[in-house]
Amino acid sequence: MIEFKLPSLGADMDEGTLLTWAVKPGDSVHRGQVVAVVDTSKAAVDVEIWHDGVVHELLVQPGEKVPVGTVLATLLAPGEVAAPPETVLVAARHAVSPSARKRARELGLDPDTLSGTGAQGSVTLADIEAAAAPSAAPDRQTEMRKAIAAAMSRSKREIPHYYLSETIPMANALTWLLQRNEGRPITERILPAVLLLKAVAMALKRTPELNGFYRDGAFQPALAVHAGVAISLRGGGLVAPALHDVGVKPLEQLMRELADLVKRARAGSLRSSEMSDPTLTVTNLGDQGVESVFGVIYPPQVALVGFGSVTVRPWVQDGEIRAQPVLCATLAADHRASDGHRGALFLAELHALLQQPQALADAAALPATNQGTLT
Amino acid sequence: MGRRISYRDALREALREALQADPRVFLMGEDVGRYGGTYAVSKGLLDEFGPERIRDTPLSELGFVGAGIGAALGGMRPIVEVMTVNFSLLALDPIINTAAMLHHMSGGQFSVPLVIRMATGAGRQVAAQHSNSFEGWYAHVPGLRVLAPATVEDARAMLAPALADPDPVLIFEHAQLYNLEGELPDDGPLTVDIHSARVRRAGTDVSLITFGGCLTKALQAAEQLAAQGISAEVIDLRVLRPLDDATVMASVRKCRRAVVIDEGWRSGSLAAEVMARIAEQAFFDLDAPLARVCSEEVPIPYARHMEEAALPQVPKIVAAVQALLGNTP
Repeated sequence: MIEFKLPSLGADMDEGTLLTWAVKPGDSVHRGQVVAVVDTSKAAVDVEIWHDGVVHELLVQPGEKVPVGTVLATLLAPGEVAAPPETVLVAARHAVSPSARKRARELGLDPDTLSGTGAQGSVTLADIEAAAAPSAAPDRQTEMRKAIAAAMSRSKREIPHYYLSETIPMANALTWLLQRNEGRPITERILPAVLLLKAVAMALKRTPELNGFYRDGAFQPALAVHAGVAISLRGGGLVAPALHDVGVKPLEQLMRELADLVKRARAGSLRSSEMSDPTLTVTNLGDQGVESVFGVIYPPQVALVGFGSVTVRPWVQDGEIRAQPVLCATLAADHRASDGHRGALFLAELHALLQQPQALADAAALPATNQGTLT
Repeated sequence: MGRRISYRDALREALREALQADPRVFLMGEDVGRYGGTYAVSKGLLDEFGPERIRDTPLSELGFVGAGIGAALGGMRPIVEVMTVNFSLLALDPIINTAAMLHHMSGGQFSVPLVIRMATGAGRQVAAQHSNSFEGWYAHVPGLRVLAPATVEDARAMLAPALADPDPVLIFEHAQLYNLEGELPDDGPLTVDIHSARVRRAGTDVSLITFGGCLTKALQAAEQLAAQGISAEVIDLRVLRPLDDATVMASVRKCRRAVVIDEGWRSGSLAAEVMARIAEQAFFDLDAPLARVCSEEVPIPYARHMEEAALPQVPKIVAAVQALLGNTP
């Protein structure tokens, strides 16, 4: 029997509300399949399952709010046969007081979905009235603000950040992109942001201590680069879901996936692996016109790479001053996992890679690591 | 302004008033005359009314209760004092088979206008055989009216309507109440009915339904609960047969939770009857299981601490209410 537990979809998630099940007992499920939608403080998330099997029993009902780690359902492993119950247990009846049940019927509520505060845990009239009260529709803004506050406070409390910055000339990269995109429809053009993500992933090969998680007093490197892409949401707040395996995917594919990710993040339909997998975060505030951004690391990650806007500045090259588009790249990193020297190597590598955009595009495609195995 | 008076003196005033008002009324029982009554209720009445109307009887409950029934049938208005409910077991046959049933057996030709008074209850270290609470047994029997005055007012005023009732009425005086003091009006007629229950303290969260010797405990419990923010309503049943369902149900429908407090043993108790009626009539208004605080199912012990542990007490009532509200201590 396999237990399917509510995953933590981020450092700021302690509990979630099951919204709907996408499967029912008896259904076959496959690794990576979305089986439920769970509401976190940030978004309604499509939760994936990481086992093949057959759904045996759904243990949490829609509407229930449960802590991370709660067993949501049990699965039979492939080939497993459900053991016949040794004793026929009569399911304990959910205690609802007579007046509560009567009132619930009047209000059209199902009292069996409520938890009780009365004698022996029974649902009382007051519980029904409370459930029927025009409950402040979950205020996503407030909840998200709280979640961000908790995660960022934890980050600043626990993570000894160090910060580095490097100004990178972008003439080569922008020229290459211009040529690459020329004559192509808008939908097939590659944005600078994708090239930057690719460069980050490639640069991390030299400094793997920036990619992974700091947990239980030790750094755990990640094999693949799942870049958490900070996406600001309309109406405020942000999420940083994972763009998976940035290091091994061609630019065209990354472009498509990034567009899809942004769209789904803003529509509130992210997948659980996207919430929990990022191995480092990349934030890009260039559109807002700021020159540089020094970020706050999202725990338990150990680094955040920030990009400002591309600006044309006087630049000395080969002894001559020329107008040159430049970009300020920054690194906020966890000093427990790496030292400034290694961080500097990363930025230097990023600088070098962005001078050879064609090489980035041609980067040898390594076999994709399996998503989710490291998280 | 009212006047302070004890439960015992209030009972005596009621007896004197009845003896003065109606020449058919007389009192008889063990030690009611020269000794003045085991609980001193009839003290002084022999001197005032003479041995014809204040009659000491032999130690024979079967005999003198039967004599009382005969006198009632003969046109008198006897008040028979059976010293305590414990000894009334010896008179069960005349009380039930004769007094309660004669009206029925005679096709309505005969009524038995008899009043029987007796002390009841425990709490005075007089051991098992003198500590029973059998009011609930008598409340089982059609043909009887059973009263349980728990206040000075009822002690003073229940006797008159009991004597006016054409059928047998049993009055249970809890032995721990005789020294209870309370206020009565200085003058003017004091009348009470003998068919209704009373709200002794208004509340909204839980109904404490009780009678007799437990009323004081329920009121004390309500006071403690109030300090915890729990509003308890205290219902004094007063009349154990026929029960006043309307008052009980009105309270339960308002509070939606009920604890019945009864000094009788739990099994087959009057508390059980009250709970059954609530379940029958107010089930859909309940917001918690019904509960009761009764005596432990043992002969009432002699040792003080054992006796106290066996009886309903204020902390037990408070704990029962807290459990109903989901507050486990």
